[in-house]
Amino acid sequence: MNVYVCVGSSCHLRGSYKIIELMKENIEKNHLEDKVTLSAAFCLGKCTSGVTIKVDDEIVCGVSPENFSEIFNKYIAEKVGA
Amino acid sequence: MMFDTSVQELKYKVLREVARLAFEDRLEEGILSIAEKIVPGPEPTMRCCIYKERAIVNERVKFAMNQGKSSNVIEVLPIACDECPVDGIQVSQACRGCIAHRCMNACPKDAIHIENHKAVIDKSKCVECGRCLAACPYSAIVKNERPCVRACKPKAISIDENRCAKIDDEKCIACGACVYQCPFGAISDKSYILDTIELLKGSENNTKYNVHAVVAPSISGQFSVELGKVVSGIKALGFRSVMEAALGADMVAFKEASELVEKGFLTSSCCPAFVRYIETQFPDMKDKVSHNLSPMAEIARYMKKHEPNCKIVFIGPCTAKKAEIKLETVSPYIDNVITFEELQALFDAKEVALDGLESQPLDNASYYGRIFARSGGLADAVANALKEMDIPEDVFKLNPAVCDGIDNCRTALLKARKGVGGENFIEGMACIDGCIGGAACLTHGPKDKLAVDKYGKEAAEKSIRDAIYVLEL
Repeated sequence: MNVYVCVGSSCHLRGSYKIIELMKENIEKNHLEDKVTLSAAFCLGKCTSGVTIKVDDEIVCGVSPENFSEIFNKYIAEKVGA
Repeated sequence: MMFDTSVQELKYKVLREVARLAFEDRLEEGILSIAEKIVPGPEPTMRCCIYKERAIVNERVKFAMNQGKSSNVIEVLPIACDECPVDGIQVSQACRGCIAHRCMNACPKDAIHIENHKAVIDKSKCVECGRCLAACPYSAIVKNERPCVRACKPKAISIDENRCAKIDDEKCIACGACVYQCPFGAISDKSYILDTIELLKGSENNTKYNVHAVVAPSISGQFSVELGKVVSGIKALGFRSVMEAALGADMVAFKEASELVEKGFLTSSCCPAFVRYIETQFPDMKDKVSHNLSPMAEIARYMKKHEPNCKIVFIGPCTAKKAEIKLETVSPYIDNVITFEELQALFDAKEVALDGLESQPLDNASYYGRIFARSGGLADAVANALKEMDIPEDVFKLNPAVCDGIDNCRTALLKARKGVGGENFIEGMACIDGCIGGAACLTHGPKDKLAVDKYGKEAAEKSIRDAIYVLEL
């Protein structure tokens, strides 16, 4: 599975860095290093509702530290069968 | 006027018309009407007649389409060259026929004698040293030097048998100083705007692939509207995103600091014209050039690693960047380069009115990455990188030679070659003031430096390390 975190200006200002940290932390915690590839994206076209991520071909907007666990479980962990 | 000179404006008009036709897929049918549109007549405004004016416009159209006789990005338009005087040092009418004859006494070659009380220069003896100019109390001795020749510090410009300027492509560093300095606009950089327009069209609104713009930090002082509107404008042209080359500069600052500590002496590699100057004029110092990519190439390499099929267009103040993307080390990362002049032409060709657009953020880099745009910024950034990397002064103490303009670069290189001065890092920028003085800036002025510092301070990230967190991916 490919997961992209947008590091474009809007998302950066809304906290991409925190989301990247959480992603790395959770991928490690769930031992998904072999199943999930984490990359940067430079704009996913949803600048007003960042932080935006893309999970394979699906775009997920409005990711924040508050809803991170929920989004991680729903879009990533459950799909790769963790 | 949005430009410093009418020469820039004429170049812009040609670029705009070519771009307009290209955007509308009408270039082939419309190309012959461009000259008449720009020079409607009936009275000439620049040259002897409208037919010469139109002929020059047609030559400019070729350059706007990257069609020229040489592979150098800088080329002479022979028909536009006014064959300026080349007679060197001359005694003018202002000579008062004084009795002190300081000019004669100052001449080391006995090239001056007095006829009818006035100074006369024997051109067969004169070596153009200029001491008589300095000695004359009436400033009556003048040096007629072509602006292009004076501007060209690597001495790549000579005069051919038709009294037309000629560029030695082997010596040319593509800095563009002659382009900006020629008062007749007879030397120009060739343009890749058609390639950019092709990339944008081919992306089918960023559905086939994304086209990203990487903008140089010197953009901060270039447009009359706030930068956020320029970002929106670039997106309105069809770019998916706008990234700061300054983030590449942040990345370079850390790498440059590491390489410097390891090697003990380096010359910077950010400015492609400076690097080429070393390669051609100081070949024995080639191994001292930093091995880092330029900020433009560094950020683009990062972006291509994460999005291999994207296309990247660099937008900057620099004509030498057009040469840089032909280098083997850079061509895999950057697909195209356009200048601020050309960006303005694209905006107007597509009728993107910046004023009416909403402002969008531009924030990828730190203060330090952003101040690369001005002379001294790179050295400041490297100093801060050393601090952030906790390298103590007894291990390595930075002593930079900050040089803007090729004359200053040359002096620093000569000193370093002889091992005098004690500097261990040469920050070399071919343009006066650094990139904000770039040949393809819309404006060149003191306000640009202030704008860069202001833009730097607005960066959300204050340290280099904070900005380059993206490298963790």
